[in-house]
Amino acid sequence: MSFNSLFLEPRKGNTAKNKSVRKAVSFLVAILTLSIVLFASFATLSYQWNWEAAFRYRLKFLDGWFTTLKISSVSFIFAFVIGSLSTLCSKSRFLPLKYLSLLYVELIRGTPLLVQIFLFYYVIADAANVQNRYVVGVAIMAIFSGAYISEILRAGIESVGRSQLLSAKSIGFTEYQTFRYVIAPQALRSSLPALAGQTANLIKDSSLLSIIAISEFTLNAQEVNAITYSSFESFFPLAIGYLIITLPIMRLSRYIEERLRYDT
Amino acid sequence: MKLFLKDVVQSYGGLRALDGLDLAVEDTSCLALIGPSGGGKSTTLRLLSGLEAPTSGSIVINGQEIGDDTDRRRRFRKQVGIVFQAYNLFPHLTALANVALPLEKVHGYSTTDAILKSESLFERFQLEDHMMKKPAELSGGQNQRVAIARAIAPDPDIVFLDEPTSALDPEMTAEVLDAIYGLIEGEKRIVIATHQMGFAQRAADTVALIAEGKLVETGPSKQVIETPNTPRAQKFLEACLDR
Repeated sequence: MSFNSLFLEPRKGNTAKNKSVRKAVSFLVAILTLSIVLFASFATLSYQWNWEAAFRYRLKFLDGWFTTLKISSVSFIFAFVIGSLSTLCSKSRFLPLKYLSLLYVELIRGTPLLVQIFLFYYVIADAANVQNRYVVGVAIMAIFSGAYISEILRAGIESVGRSQLLSAKSIGFTEYQTFRYVIAPQALRSSLPALAGQTANLIKDSSLLSIIAISEFTLNAQEVNAITYSSFESFFPLAIGYLIITLPIMRLSRYIEERLRYDT
Repeated sequence: MKLFLKDVVQSYGGLRALDGLDLAVEDTSCLALIGPSGGGKSTTLRLLSGLEAPTSGSIVINGQEIGDDTDRRRRFRKQVGIVFQAYNLFPHLTALANVALPLEKVHGYSTTDAILKSESLFERFQLEDHMMKKPAELSGGQNQRVAIARAIAPDPDIVFLDEPTSALDPEMTAEVLDAIYGLIEGEKRIVIATHQMGFAQRAADTVALIAEGKLVETGPSKQVIETPNTPRAQKFLEACLDR
């Protein structure tokens, strides 16, 4: 085996025995490169590491991590409901609903989440007299993510071919049955990879809720930083904590994508 | 089976797919629609099967007017079976579920009865090994036979087939045509749009040649295909023989 072939992906149909060796070696090389760059950067900083101080606050990290997990999960459920409703409205023949959905999707997707959080928290939630900031946080994330989910589902519905609709018509399905047994299952399947991606986005985006003092993962890390003056020791666990949630979700998304390729 | 079409026009945007088609057929068990591609065969079939409403004109099948009314056309579609050129099975369901689902949801069968009936059809078409496969795992010929099973499962009065073999290679074409011969022997009433002249002559008792959106010639299949009367029909059939 030559040196070069150690790093090259075998061509399709090649039954090279050392596939897993190649993968492992190359993966190590990639990790090593990244680590060297990181270490070199930190070496020039001449930074005084103080992991002990950060470790004392491990429960605060854990607490924030669980809060982020909870807020994201609940937000996702509501976001999915809002997104589905918005998609249905966008497909409605009743024009006011159609335009309502259009406005919602375009306004939310066209403005920064930060602006939305401020507006929602200081104006709308205040006017509606909602005191619990966690409720407000979940509402904001659900509304924000719902707009993206609405677009994902709409694209999914539009990906169902005309021949499928004709087929549903030919066997005598009603409009509802066509939606229930033909459009919805196919649209949902083709939307799954994008939906998983959107879930990962929602989890990361929820970090912005720290600006309205919701004690989620990011705010707690910021607080540890403020108390212990150890910024990197606070923010590294933060990054890793998010990765622990988002990496499996993105793997799942990949896996679903592969499965679907076989199906259609 | 009695079909009656009077001055039927079907336009899609600016295109007039049917331009005043008249056709009257009585006591036919198998009608073949033949003619050049883009001449209006498939459009005629979609109108006859109630998938679309004509822009104007009237269509009566066995005394039943297939009109503008959406609900009425849906009720009519429940009594007939339709097979498409590209099979149009549902890719997310198994072959068996493709046949059983309409029985259960449209025709009121219990789940068990729907499955039993579907299974017997898979045996009849020698597809029993493929019941649990998805359409993507089946060949074109197998898919088309599943589609035929789906169409005849609710015991329809008439089966409409829109160029069912046009997407298939000769071997698969033979297996699908065999299945259709089987339907005819089983006394199913059939309307088929096809390019298979040999099949049309042998299987159909009546042939209607449609070109440029109008009926060119109709009559007993042997007579129309072997000794056509009109110059347009002669030209089309000569072109078919040349191949």
